[in-house]
Amino acid sequence: MSRTVTAPGEAPSRAPGAPAHRVRRPRRALLPYLLVLPALIAELAIHVIPMLVGAWMSLLHLTQFFIRNWTAAPYGGLTNYRVAVDTNGPVAKDLIHSFLITVAVTVLVVALSWMFGLAAAVFLEKPFRGRGVLRTLFLVPYALPVFTAVITWRFMFQRDNGMVNALLSDELHLAHGHPFWLLGGNSFVAIVVVNVWRLWPFAFLTLMAGLQSIPGDLYEAAAIDGAGFARRLRSVTLPLLRPVNRVLLLVLFLWTFNDFNTAYVLFEQPPADADMISIHIYNASFLTWNFGLGSAMSVLLLAFLLVVTLGYLGAGRLRSRHA
Amino acid sequence: MRESSAVRWARRVVLTLLTVFTVLPLYVMVVSSVKPLRDVQGAFHWIPTHVTVRPFVDMWHTVPLGRYFINSLVVSGCATVCSVIIAIFTGYAVSRYRFAGRGTFMTAVLSTQMFPGILFLLPLFLIFVNIDRYTGITLYGSRLGLIITYLTFALPFSIWLIAGYFDTIPRELDEAARVDGAGPMRTLFRVILPVAAPGVVAVAIYAFMTAWGEVLFASVLTDHATRTLAVGLREYSNQGQVYWNEVMAASLVISLPVVVGFLALQRFLVHGLTAGAVKS
Repeated sequence: MSRTVTAPGEAPSRAPGAPAHRVRRPRRALLPYLLVLPALIAELAIHVIPMLVGAWMSLLHLTQFFIRNWTAAPYGGLTNYRVAVDTNGPVAKDLIHSFLITVAVTVLVVALSWMFGLAAAVFLEKPFRGRGVLRTLFLVPYALPVFTAVITWRFMFQRDNGMVNALLSDELHLAHGHPFWLLGGNSFVAIVVVNVWRLWPFAFLTLMAGLQSIPGDLYEAAAIDGAGFARRLRSVTLPLLRPVNRVLLLVLFLWTFNDFNTAYVLFEQPPADADMISIHIYNASFLTWNFGLGSAMSVLLLAFLLVVTLGYLGAGRLRSRHA
Repeated sequence: MRESSAVRWARRVVLTLLTVFTVLPLYVMVVSSVKPLRDVQGAFHWIPTHVTVRPFVDMWHTVPLGRYFINSLVVSGCATVCSVIIAIFTGYAVSRYRFAGRGTFMTAVLSTQMFPGILFLLPLFLIFVNIDRYTGITLYGSRLGLIITYLTFALPFSIWLIAGYFDTIPRELDEAARVDGAGPMRTLFRVILPVAAPGVVAVAIYAFMTAWGEVLFASVLTDHATRTLAVGLREYSNQGQVYWNEVMAASLVISLPVVVGFLALQRFLVHGLTAGAVKS
């Protein structure tokens, strides 16, 4: 954008091929569409069109032989979907297992992150010495790039030279010997802990901002009426945080459910007990190069997320209408 | 309002536990980055046997970290600049004009945030491979492909934030500019942008963080020459030996700029976050 070259007031050409005089002084009705156009093109190119292509791919026998020439892949109808949901086959069994693991991880991570975030936000509401330091410190995990934070956890979870075993077994004597954390059943604990560590600061940040919008005289009025800390939390804070919570819980849910980065950096190949669905589909696609089947699984995942999201938002609307 | 001692104790306990939970990994990262190699290969100790800065020197040779750094900087920088410029134009249109499809557009933009990345990774991979085949434009394995992809990742949230900031700027300023004979573009660049500058910088930081930390698309859409830090950091291991001290040193250097940037501008981000949350 060479603002020094073009005279002020002239819009840089946003629409390729449009005559110059139209761009220089667009009619008022046209201007907003021109302004929105670049964003529209970008979203169409990277999100919408690939999604439609993905839906088409899920109907093809798109195996490794057709990657470079996928239009030649034979049409398979709903075969891929049948394979993905046929509970007698190994593919569907693994997919359903991965789905259930992902649900369990998501429920725990969302609940814990929200509780931690609320606790920190409530307890940091009143000024005291060191409050600013804590507030900044709590935001650091959210600001760290995912892969550096998670690789640090990967190091901490190492069996022989990691910090977790040193702390739990050698210092606190809570565990016997040195258990594996990145293999077997403990990997479930590991993925939950790391996700909570990364996400609760976001809940904290959002709830802290939400608390600031609650007028202080409400608390004073409640205190004069004799309401204690717990009562004020239940009767003033939580009801007034509802609009914030509605969005926050949905965002936490979508982020955890769709998570690829954390599981991928923590395990590279996640064990069965931490087999998050995104990475399961990734492996099903890239290890076997069966993109058709992988796309069918992705479409099923999107359908599930759509149903949950719309149901959640619809239920919220109903409840607020009755309230 | 006096608080009971039970509440005071609950606060101390909760905040202490959360602090320990938050700090432990940060401590491990910092302390391991100044440990000699045999310290990080043996049992974990809280205090290094001796402090060394060698990991910060060696990390550039074990892995071509410099090249990955430049790749990450170029990709994240370009994606940030593009997405902020696009978000400014879009935010201006959404904030200042009532046009048909405005609400649908904003909802559609935001709903792309819920798509699982894996859903459009496979088609995008195929589309890039086939664009190369038919037009000779290399997107797969190139920085350009990654830049285009990343700029759309930050875009939805950036548009919402910037439109929110523009909404807080009084329309009287626009009116005054119009009376002075300024067109819509001049008003945007000379009147609105200067006022919204802190918000725009916060959005830029957000966009940069998004691109800087992305792993999934980077691991599929890059090749040996264009690899970014997110992928390159995994290369500090060979034959079962991991240079954990260098991994931690590199992680520290990679993290520091974005953490500082984020913390410096967090209040502008918080403002935008709640504006968005309350609106929807």
